[in-house]
Amino acid sequence: MAELNYLVGGEAGQGVQTIGFVLGKTMARHGLYVFADQDYESRVRGGHSFFRVRMSDSPVGAYSPDLDVLVSLDQRTIDLHQSELKNDGVVIYDPDKVTMPPGLKNAVGVAFEKTATETTGNKIMANSVATGAALAIGGYDTGILETVLGEEFSRMGASVVDSNLKAARAGYEYIKTQSSSAIKRPINGDGQKRMLIDGNGAIALGALVAGCKFVAGYPMTPTSSILEYIADKGRKYNVVMLQPEDEIAAINMVVGAAYAGVRAMTATSGGGFCLMVEGISLAGMTETPIVCVLGQRSGPAIGLPTRTEQGELFFSIFSGHGDFPKAVFSPPTIEDCFHATVSAFNLADRYQTPVIILTDHHIASSYQTINPFDLSKVEIDRGEFLTDGDAAKLVDYKRHRLTKSGVSPRAYPFSGGPLVVTDSDEHDEAGHMIEDTLLRTQMMDKRMKKMEGMTQQVLTPWYINNPGADLILVGWGSTFGAIYEAANILNKDGIRTSVLQLPQVWPFPADAVISAIGRNGTRSILVENNATAQLANLIRMETGISVNRSILKYDGRPFSADMIVKEAQKELK
Amino acid sequence: MVAINDYAPAMPYQWCPGCGNFGIVGSLRQVLVALNLEPSQVLMVSGIGQAGKMPHYLHSHVLNELHGRAIPAAQAAKIVNHELQVIAVGGDGDGYGEGGNHFLGAMHRNVDMTYIVCNNQVYGLTKGQASPTSDEGFVSRTTPDGSWTPMRALAIAVASDCSFIARGFAGDLQQLTELIKQGILHKGFALIEVLQPCVSFNKINTFAWYKQRVYSLESEKGYDPSNRAAAFEKTLEWGEKIPTGILYKSERTTYENHVAAIKNLPLIRQTILNPVEFRPLVEEFM
Repeated sequence: MAELNYLVGGEAGQGVQTIGFVLGKTMARHGLYVFADQDYESRVRGGHSFFRVRMSDSPVGAYSPDLDVLVSLDQRTIDLHQSELKNDGVVIYDPDKVTMPPGLKNAVGVAFEKTATETTGNKIMANSVATGAALAIGGYDTGILETVLGEEFSRMGASVVDSNLKAARAGYEYIKTQSSSAIKRPINGDGQKRMLIDGNGAIALGALVAGCKFVAGYPMTPTSSILEYIADKGRKYNVVMLQPEDEIAAINMVVGAAYAGVRAMTATSGGGFCLMVEGISLAGMTETPIVCVLGQRSGPAIGLPTRTEQGELFFSIFSGHGDFPKAVFSPPTIEDCFHATVSAFNLADRYQTPVIILTDHHIASSYQTINPFDLSKVEIDRGEFLTDGDAAKLVDYKRHRLTKSGVSPRAYPFSGGPLVVTDSDEHDEAGHMIEDTLLRTQMMDKRMKKMEGMTQQVLTPWYINNPGADLILVGWGSTFGAIYEAANILNKDGIRTSVLQLPQVWPFPADAVISAIGRNGTRSILVENNATAQLANLIRMETGISVNRSILKYDGRPFSADMIVKEAQKELK
Repeated sequence: MVAINDYAPAMPYQWCPGCGNFGIVGSLRQVLVALNLEPSQVLMVSGIGQAGKMPHYLHSHVLNELHGRAIPAAQAAKIVNHELQVIAVGGDGDGYGEGGNHFLGAMHRNVDMTYIVCNNQVYGLTKGQASPTSDEGFVSRTTPDGSWTPMRALAIAVASDCSFIARGFAGDLQQLTELIKQGILHKGFALIEVLQPCVSFNKINTFAWYKQRVYSLESEKGYDPSNRAAAFEKTLEWGEKIPTGILYKSERTTYENHVAAIKNLPLIRQTILNPVEFRPLVEEFM
């Protein structure tokens, strides 16, 4: 496996994200596999942010801390990241702004701003100078880059595109003519066309494809771009995205919209979800199918607003007061963010209850190349949702009719249809409030009966079984990329390693977990981005099994494979 | 033709005998019949409180929401299905207290729906505590020093450019019925506050107390409900005299007419696309 790792660093507002994204997209167009992640502070200008782009001739699902090219837009980037450079790693920097520390070899000065001003008359084009130079170091020409830049800047007009192209060519030419010894041998791609998409993009697209017609959400990192994407595409595909006064309104609007008959969703982060949980409980009581994306960031309270964490496993599973059925998906990959979203809508409709998609900042804002979604395979299942015709024929309709499965045929309110009555109070089959003991017990049993159905349909954990394994690495959600890569490294080092990753954490897939980690001789190591080993506790609660070791990280940053490898090796010592 | 019996209570009343809510639900029933609305054309949404039980005492579609959350759900239901006549109902605690932020948001948004606030200036269901609208000096078990600075919700409504603001009195059902009717016919967010005596817990703002003070703006010569500044002055008037009637009215674009996705067809009437029709969006990521 050949790979090339870029890190583009600078202050917020310097265009770090644009350079990184354009590099990633260009490499994806070359037919390479790409994984890119972002690290930024909770500020609009200044500070330090970076965008890491890892490209390879084999699939990659995590970042690598070993850099081949460091694109340094400011002094801090050099200071903070020079230690991550490989021996033959190259730094490119603007000598007018940055002073190279003595002893740093392979440093190539490219006057980003001056070149931009000379070629385009505008120093703001410095980013494209840097992009052209960075690509040249990797051994690539500007052909595909020019197409990507054209697409990226087309909405700003032809002259902006033209200036960016000129600047990129100038950066490229500078390396070719002045610093050709720094140029690396390019990695050849396979020519396949893939998507380069982030977790939020995959969820937003999944929601549209699943037929979601109403989204209400209050902007909050890291899920705002889901709302923005749907607001944008909704104008063409007729989907309402409403930004209400607060998250309480958002969740109750989603309940109102779903009650009225359309698929509806909200997206938030932990703080917003705190405000929503009463509404999650309401959806459980009124048997209203809703989907809620919970993109975790570092808590408690405001925590680290632009950093990642997996601290809300318990919070999501047990969100809302009282007992009611719910499901929580935890997509392990960006690709699965799409599938989990479609599944969430189907499951919500089948069991008429809330479904949560639990992501985190890392997966929400990282990009990965994946094969284009096969839309012909997407199935939309609305469960026992009644069409107008079927509903109009009903006699003595009762929204919450007691049934064997616990699922009642669901009509929506329309002129000429049966009256659809539901209540946040305990209610009778017809939906009117009651207080008597027998009916209360029957209604609770009916709702909880649906949990049995959902348990039977729970997604099978991803189990990469290495027979006779010494170790099994256990995780959920976004850690999969790093865990999977760590397992490969360990296996190469002669430590037989299996992987168990949970794409759905509730209902809990107890049987599958027991059969994977309950074996004698295999030591189980849990990998989680939180401080209290929540999955380890959940496993003990649901299976009675205690894992052997927990690798925990709660500094707001994601795992890399080598961190897991180092910790796992300790377990075997 | 729709008859009054079509809106008979779906379950027995749980209100105290003599409660002002009886008159309000009676007025509402009459309006629905007068407008010839079938029960299946009407969606009643409520929160929690004595007034929140009102939808159960009619026959219609019902979404009985959480405390304070009727309006968000009601707006969303209307956005999904404009063909429904959406009416939210609740008390002063539910709407002005717990749901205060939603109250503001809804008035700005101007979804075409009706919101009836049964204002008895006290918490009834939780047995007698002060509410946001309790008069200054109102002593209750949670306000032993007495309430202070009551919320003038209708003045807030004027400031928020609520497109229809009216006040009725549960003791003048003829006027109230007309106000509810006008509110339902109004295109936009219509707020109708109803002064409603609580016979169990408010011994100050009684039926007689309101009766002595209310006067109808229709009888006031020259009052122009399209004059926002005049409306603001009237909504602040409280004490010896309390104005009723239509306080403010304006023509504003409704949310449904503003948002591209639903201008032509309500969401619920739109065809759900085959997933393969989203192929162009997949290609945008390539």
